[in-house]
Amino acid sequence: MARLEVVVAGVTLRNPTLLASGFLGETGASLVRVWKAGAGGVVTKSISREPRLGYPNPTVFEADGSLLNAVGLPNPGIGAYEAECRSAVASGAPVVASVFGSTPDDYAAVAAAMEGYGAHAIEMNLSCPHVEGTGAEIAESEEAVRVYVQAVKAKTRLPVFAKLSPNVAAIAKYAAAAEDGGADGVTAINTVKAMAIAPELKMPVLAHGTGGLSGPAVKSVGVRCVYEIHAAVDVPILGVGGIATGRDALEYLMAGASAVQIGTAVMFRGLDVFAKVAAEIGSFLDAEGYGSVKEVVGVAHG
Amino acid sequence: MGSLEIVRIVDLVREASHTLTYRFPATFGGEAGQFVMVWIPGHDELPMALSYLGDVKGITVQAMGDATRAFASFKVGDRIGVRGPYGHAFRVRGTSCLFVGGGTGAASLIAAIEAYAAAGKEVTTVLAAKTKSELIFEKRAADSGRVEVSTDDGSKGFKGFATPLAEKLLDEGDFDQIVTCGPEKMMFGIVQSAMRRGIEVQASLERYMKCAVGICDACAFDDDLLCVQGPILEGARLAASRDFGHWRRDRSGVRVPL
Repeated sequence: MARLEVVVAGVTLRNPTLLASGFLGETGASLVRVWKAGAGGVVTKSISREPRLGYPNPTVFEADGSLLNAVGLPNPGIGAYEAECRSAVASGAPVVASVFGSTPDDYAAVAAAMEGYGAHAIEMNLSCPHVEGTGAEIAESEEAVRVYVQAVKAKTRLPVFAKLSPNVAAIAKYAAAAEDGGADGVTAINTVKAMAIAPELKMPVLAHGTGGLSGPAVKSVGVRCVYEIHAAVDVPILGVGGIATGRDALEYLMAGASAVQIGTAVMFRGLDVFAKVAAEIGSFLDAEGYGSVKEVVGVAHG
Repeated sequence: MGSLEIVRIVDLVREASHTLTYRFPATFGGEAGQFVMVWIPGHDELPMALSYLGDVKGITVQAMGDATRAFASFKVGDRIGVRGPYGHAFRVRGTSCLFVGGGTGAASLIAAIEAYAAAGKEVTTVLAAKTKSELIFEKRAADSGRVEVSTDDGSKGFKGFATPLAEKLLDEGDFDQIVTCGPEKMMFGIVQSAMRRGIEVQASLERYMKCAVGICDACAFDDDLLCVQGPILEGARLAASRDFGHWRRDRSGVRVPL
């Protein structure tokens, strides 16, 4: 049996699948459920200093297995999140704390608190496509990415991942900026900025108008982004975007990801998706004669 | 996940002073107790129980918030979005059931009441409201069996809450099961009473929802998600609950008193 355990930026995962941020993860209970269902690790919902209500409904729209959302980063705030984070950590799950804010200081403060709550790594959500002031403005500036990462690195000893936006012309530049700022890894990709319109109503379906697309429709975009990032930086990559099967995950691993995150697929494969994808990766590695996940990381680069 | 359907309102019925039933055709199925997400264009999208099943479904809505008040001005021919159905249906067992509906909670029960009666079983329904003009589905319930009414102000039937009226009926009669939907404090009392008497009970709960398909965590209830594990929960589950009757989560996910 091929070895499924991976170590990414010092964090040991029993298999290379993590829950992606934004799916479940608003409560400790749901993170524990995902861990018990077989994930290698979990990423929390993105948490800010203060509570946020998010946008009015409709906030999600599903079509053909892909998901368009503009939930607007609702979260209970870092204070109320303590109990949730601690209960997830107590379960034994590797917990990656997703953080965001409006200033470098916001990010750093939330990250420092998460370290205090026992989280094992930080993921900076630099790229939410549908919240003004905490998304595109950062993700589209190499200088901002560098400065924000530096601010967080200064306030935590945990490994820090920068989650990048695909809504840019050349994503690798931003990965390099994150690495330059001291990031221990990057996560790619966040959702793809998108819109759906109800023709009979002559209006966008989401109350916010635009949203972020996830699911099978964005997989090829994500694989391309990870491939480009792998060629540009040395830090490990968490690949995310449309992964529902072991084969999907293998595309990301071979493009250069050290582990993968899964979100939308929970909708149609259930919480078992983590165990299933891990098993499917294992079967492929065995059949093809690989001894571990690590052996396939980046092999598509030749 | 049920795909979004844009449908026309084909019929509008005023059930009570601030409560309307909207009928619309939809291609998806649906069982008694399940809910749909209803998009009121320009205003909100909300979870609502199906008060009519079949090809022309129905939802019954009390105008009490901004969105539902705006919805009250909609006319026949206007369009809304619907997706679903979501959640579990009622599983009404035995041959004699007490249904307890408080306020618009009766909308969630009425299709189950009719199905139970149609199967030749004995229906007793408690319909409760603040006042006489807010009672809904009295005739539909009466067509299915015995109806007892309570109003907070005594304008019709028993004066007081639904729980003491239900207690009285439970003292007098023999029921295999209790099925309830209404304000959570009311359901809490009904469930306690049922557990004390050793009668099976189910309650249909409500929480703030966004996705309705088990991925957003907005409707967290104890360690479950109400959209997937609910909205109908059994007595034993509710008796062991930390949240039932006490806690909900606000739109940000902070746990707050009910």
